[in-house]
Amino acid sequence: MTSPATTEADAATGGTLDAHVVVQRRDGFRLDVAVVASAGEVVAVMGPSGAGKSTLVSAIAGLARLDSGFVRIDGREVASARRHAPAAQRGAVLLGQDARLFPHLTARDNVAFGLRARGVARSNAAREADAWLERVGLGGWGGRRPSELSGGQQQRVALARALATHPRLLLLDEPLTALDAETAGDIRGLLHEQLAAVRATALVVTHDAVDAAALARRLLVVEDGRVVQEGPVQRVLAAPATRFAAAVSGLNRIVGVARDGSWRSTDGALELRAADEHSRVGASVDGVALAALVRPSSVHLEADRGTETVPGEWTAHVVRLEPTPAGVRVHTGDPGVAVDIPADTVAALGLETGARVRLRVDPADVRFVRVTA
Amino acid sequence: MTTVNRAAAHRPAEAGGFVPPILSVPAIVGLALLVVPLGALVVRVDWTTLWTDITSPEAVSALTLSLVTGLIATAVCVVLGVPMALAIARSGPRASAVLRAIVTVPLVLPPMVGGVALLFLFGRTGPVGAALDAWWGIRIPFTTAAVVLAQVFVALPFLVLALEGAIRTSGLEYERTAATLGARRWTILWRVTLPLAAPGLVAGVILCFARAIGEFGATALFAGNAPGVTQTMPLAIYTAFNGSGVGRGPAVALALLLLVTAIAVLLLVRAWRPGAQR
Repeated sequence: MTSPATTEADAATGGTLDAHVVVQRRDGFRLDVAVVASAGEVVAVMGPSGAGKSTLVSAIAGLARLDSGFVRIDGREVASARRHAPAAQRGAVLLGQDARLFPHLTARDNVAFGLRARGVARSNAAREADAWLERVGLGGWGGRRPSELSGGQQQRVALARALATHPRLLLLDEPLTALDAETAGDIRGLLHEQLAAVRATALVVTHDAVDAAALARRLLVVEDGRVVQEGPVQRVLAAPATRFAAAVSGLNRIVGVARDGSWRSTDGALELRAADEHSRVGASVDGVALAALVRPSSVHLEADRGTETVPGEWTAHVVRLEPTPAGVRVHTGDPGVAVDIPADTVAALGLETGARVRLRVDPADVRFVRVTA
Repeated sequence: MTTVNRAAAHRPAEAGGFVPPILSVPAIVGLALLVVPLGALVVRVDWTTLWTDITSPEAVSALTLSLVTGLIATAVCVVLGVPMALAIARSGPRASAVLRAIVTVPLVLPPMVGGVALLFLFGRTGPVGAALDAWWGIRIPFTTAAVVLAQVFVALPFLVLALEGAIRTSGLEYERTAATLGARRWTILWRVTLPLAAPGLVAGVILCFARAIGEFGATALFAGNAPGVTQTMPLAIYTAFNGSGVGRGPAVALALLLLVTAIAVLLLVRAWRPGAQR
């Protein structure tokens, strides 16, 4: 993923964001949220539907007006109650749930669009667009039209198009929501890699704690138009202040230590590996306290056949079975890990309290975060 | 992507839908009503004199006048109609409904009425006509300019309505996306809004041109029937069947020419598909 044309972009760093967004909607809803991001910082925004997250990014992008407050990008005031700089002049690019690729343009022309709009000559813009497509794993796909691309590929092109403009601020509004789990995982990895590569300043709106933990350092929990909790992602998820925050952090969070680039349980018996760069960096210093984050639905559960376990696998006993709308949540002990499985699997395995089971997680489903304080 | 095509290969039993089969009878009658008269026209063509009929001075003059006025009228419609369509598509729901109704009026109005109305406005005693005559000595009625004006009056709604629908359907989201990518208003218009509405624009232009060269009623009343000045093809054909001007043979030949032109234009539109939409 390196090419000569990208080195300049690598040297650039995103701008700063200082915003206090107040939007009064006619239906009585009032959004009043302050958010700050330093250069190169990725901030996640989580909240239930209707909390005002999308309004927040729209107002910062310049697609909605402020009733009060301000938006400053690189210290320049682009919006206040009286001022409303056009979206085109803010240097903030919005990437939403839907890729919104221009259907009449090829992938290359889509990526080149922002450059052309800034007056870059056609051939230079095309060359730079091809380099960006290469970076997002779509080298050679430049001539395709959006209708010929899968949802994941479209989102890759949309990311390339956003990054190609060297935005001072990148606004990601649920960029993975419309994708299936596997594709979302790929794009999440790509986002993480590229945000880090261009040192982008970004605001990531998400409903998924995995996204927040994987992409951002700092997390804002917005409920009912206000910030209810704010801080480093792991601290917020570890100590949720509200019911929503607790619900979103419904992750298995297993504290252990880093060793040889992977995660070990404190007794050393269990080893987990993670696929993404961010996690591996987190595990790079031996002996630091490290939390492994795993979604209950990402843990594979099967009957214990008594064979040797490999890294990523362990045996445990069932502590409790709890019915959920989607099936059954199996709570296992030592370490305490919750596993979501379909109800028919429970019947097929004859699971009951005290049964021995074998658990396994794929490195792609594991995130490591350093435990602070 | 390819799985879609493969699925289409398995043609299910209900591929034809659930329409009662008996309805195919009126459908075929309707189709015949559209096609058979045109066949009768073709049958009446005297192929031996076709070339001389089409190239006779009267016919060439009517044909040239029709094409020139039709093209000018279409150009005027594009210049005025595109901004109109943009304005209507981007107005609030109530304003756009009112504007659309106003634009539709000439469409449902008998063209004769349009001709009378234009005559009352631009005629020597009309408010605008009198002013033009008094200040600059310009008289519009019964000139080639009147032909163009009549054509614009009847053809403009076609272009505006076709384009406005296309712009409204493509929505605001792509324009918003373009704006956050740094594109200014004119860039967005040229590179996003109009290309996305291109199918509507092309359809609108074709309909507009076809309506303009076929215009008869408003032209007859407002512009008259002077050969070489205001006698367009439809008027020449009408005059020929009334027993004066170009002969009946040339009239049939001209009618055939209009028909062939129309079919050629339709085929052109079908062959050229903007973007990848289908």
